[in-house]
Amino acid sequence: MATHTFVLNGKSVSVECADDLRLLWVLRDLLGVHGPKYGCGLDVCKACTCHINGKAFNPCSVPVSDIQASDQITTIEGLPASVGEPLHPMQQAWLKYDVAQCGYCQPGQIMAAVALVTEVRATGRQITDADIDALRNICRCGTYARIREAIVEGAANM
Amino acid sequence: MLDVEVGDARATPHRISRRRFIGYLIAAPTLVAAADLRAAPAARASVATVQPVDFFDLTDLLTDSANLTAALISVTINPDGTASFALPRAEVGQGITTAVAMVIADELGMPLDKIDITLSDARPELEFNQLTGGSNSIHALYDQVRVAAAIARGQLARTAAQQLETPLPKLTLKDGVITAPDGTALTYGALATAAAASRTRPVLAQLRPASQQTLVGTPQPRIDAMDIVTGAKTFTMDLEVAGALPTMVCRPPTINGAALAILNAAQVMAMDGVTDVALIPHTQFVPGGVAVRAATFGQCIDAIRALDVTWAPGAAAAQSDADVLQDLIDAELPMTPALGQALDQRFTFYFRPGDPLETNCAVADVRSDSAEIWSSLKSPVYFQETVAGILGLPVSAVTAHVTQGGGSFGRHLFADAAFEAAAISKAMGKPVKLMWHRTDNFRQGRVHPMCTSRVRVTHVGDEVLAFDQRHTSVATDFTHGLGEILSATLGDVPEGDFLGYSQSVFTLTANVPYNFGAATQLLNEVYHPPGSLFNTSSVRNIYSPEVTVAKELMVDQLAKALGQDPYQLRRSSVRDARMLAVLDAAAKAANWGKPMAPLTAQGIGVHREYKGYAACVAEIDCTPQTVNRVVQDGYTGPRVTRVTYAVDVGLPINPLGLEAQMIGGIMDGIAQALTYSLHLRDGAFLEGSWDNAYYTREWNCPPNTPPAKGIQVIIMPPNQSEPGGAGEFGVAASMAAVANAYARATQTLPTSFPINHNKPLGFTPLPTVPPIPQSPTDGLQEAF
Repeated sequence: MATHTFVLNGKSVSVECADDLRLLWVLRDLLGVHGPKYGCGLDVCKACTCHINGKAFNPCSVPVSDIQASDQITTIEGLPASVGEPLHPMQQAWLKYDVAQCGYCQPGQIMAAVALVTEVRATGRQITDADIDALRNICRCGTYARIREAIVEGAANM
Repeated sequence: MLDVEVGDARATPHRISRRRFIGYLIAAPTLVAAADLRAAPAARASVATVQPVDFFDLTDLLTDSANLTAALISVTINPDGTASFALPRAEVGQGITTAVAMVIADELGMPLDKIDITLSDARPELEFNQLTGGSNSIHALYDQVRVAAAIARGQLARTAAQQLETPLPKLTLKDGVITAPDGTALTYGALATAAAASRTRPVLAQLRPASQQTLVGTPQPRIDAMDIVTGAKTFTMDLEVAGALPTMVCRPPTINGAALAILNAAQVMAMDGVTDVALIPHTQFVPGGVAVRAATFGQCIDAIRALDVTWAPGAAAAQSDADVLQDLIDAELPMTPALGQALDQRFTFYFRPGDPLETNCAVADVRSDSAEIWSSLKSPVYFQETVAGILGLPVSAVTAHVTQGGGSFGRHLFADAAFEAAAISKAMGKPVKLMWHRTDNFRQGRVHPMCTSRVRVTHVGDEVLAFDQRHTSVATDFTHGLGEILSATLGDVPEGDFLGYSQSVFTLTANVPYNFGAATQLLNEVYHPPGSLFNTSSVRNIYSPEVTVAKELMVDQLAKALGQDPYQLRRSSVRDARMLAVLDAAAKAANWGKPMAPLTAQGIGVHREYKGYAACVAEIDCTPQTVNRVVQDGYTGPRVTRVTYAVDVGLPINPLGLEAQMIGGIMDGIAQALTYSLHLRDGAFLEGSWDNAYYTREWNCPPNTPPAKGIQVIIMPPNQSEPGGAGEFGVAASMAAVANAYARATQTLPTSFPINHNKPLGFTPLPTVPPIPQSPTDGLQEAF
């Protein structure tokens, strides 16, 4: 057991747990942050996608000891504050296209979409269908078509 | 006199004369009204044809059985000006909370955001009126909630007339406010208590005319959309129940194996965070294994991987794909003799997962004298009554909460996780928060049964004389409560005759939508429950995807044999104007027959079910550059590049939600035709992750290349007085269209599905011992 400290949604948090406990369980079971969902625990389904220092990652596959005290971890709950708005433009786009069905994967989808758009922007390009093809997030309800529309819309307003 | 409105203008004249709705004002502190549809005559099509579904189908069966207790469904008007309704169904993403809220808001004349929909706990008195299945919820509830709401509105209006001392016809209603000609007004909230009934009594309901519906038929976003995009929507594993610590189960290496002994319990008990280890016997209801309860799910995973367990093999331990296929072929029922030229082909459909993204999960707190359980339950009454028996408690001592489900696709008709959580909580004497591992969901979960479907089309020249289909399947398990409905409603299903249940569902859904002479469609099944070799369930659309694919592939083969265009042959053969309309709509929007490059093609498929009609045109790209795309740890293969789907559900309630269901169904259709299956080898499924079981991913989804949208859903205008079903209605026609497109692009006839199933495995199977893999540790290297 050791004390692990990091910045979660803008606030410094500390937890006592084993070094190898994956961050997803630190968030969900110890800190009660439930936006990131469990879908596989294998870094495959991407339902738990969050941001570390603005980049998408999957906390199910990161030991908490890999997170540094200065690392900014953002979950879906902290996404609006990251842009200082009641909702992030990607969340607004999700509402506009009524993307969600059951909603279980959607926090992860939104977090992945924001990171993807940011990554593509950094190369000086606009998002394309080919970029979206690279997203691995599973939506078992099959909302992919609306996800595609919402990402383009969200990107235009980011 | 409560006649504040005149009938339902959307009803046919015939129906207005036949349909009068009786409901109840229920004695309560605030206004509560309920519907009574026991006497409501069913309005059914009566077109002359030879197939059973033309007279009575599964939708009729489910609605009629649900209506028996319609009087117990109530809408409550609250003093705060809201209306609340405890929906006696499960919301699993299909959007019925939104659709029902729209119907209630329209009938009450209230804004949508004043309607509060919750999911009802199990209510045994509802009997068959709390089963979520067969895409039947909206069909069954449409009249029930309208009548309950209409009675409430009538009572509010009458109360307002008294208080405002104004004759009823002079009052106007808008947004939950009743106003007199002089401008004085009363809100529903202000009227709620005064309008409350002091004794329960029957009243006549007057439904609002369609002209006064402002929400029904208009696109409305989900009522839980904001909660979803902010992460606030609460699923079962997000509940904070005191003392319910994370719990997982170490499962056997073969399907339905059983734990015999734990060889290192003390060692595992000493692991970090672990509080309990218990052997959970395998039963008809509880999959079981060795349960571990710990402070975190991460510690549960560690403990499961450390457990040393002696297992008894499952009954299917010697079975692989080829063995099951041989058993199916051996069980195929004979064809009727052919009296002409015959096109005859058998198609094979392999096992496929029935899983939503949320794995099986439940929270249970079982005490000596009571039990409280939370789970996404589609047959909560059956669960509550059955688990009470298992726990040795009276039904009234068991509370079964229905939670928001993270998908279902039929999966939650069975309450495996809830039964298991109850058993574990009882064994440990503590509350548990049980979650299945993803790998277990694939390997020990419920699946769509493997099946074959043989079709023979007999024709003389252009005239089809007979259409015979022999569907042979691993048994679909209907023991979750639908069995009770079938027994109670049909009467002729002997108790324990599970084949009887299957036959009923098959007969009430299978159909040939063409004038193809004498049509026979027969089912035979192998390995019947309980004690079946495999765990199956009514996976989205049950038999219909496979029945339809086999049928529609053979229609294309017939067109080929006759030298006709597949669309034109269907045009001249469909036996229903509504089917012709969706067929034409899809073909026109898809520009059917347009020139296509080599190894690309359009394909077409139609389907009739749930009181509705659907036609789909799919375009596929089977060129090497597409087929051979490389996605790390992913399967690519042929890509469906465009889908046009025309759907007629009679009366669309929420076109936006309906479109969503079709889009989702199309994703299933693509997956089931091309990529999504389970490989059975020596009594175990090889797939253990979403990178093994190839459900549609973004790289398989039609791209949105301008100007055409990748997926276009055409919703036909309302043409009926009641809504058909939607939740499963996107699957069969799209799967058939994709199969036909593949056949035309490659100029082959695919005979086993998904088409990649018999190609070399695209992954290395995970070990079966320990049953679940450890989570990776290199997640940060993947960050983007």
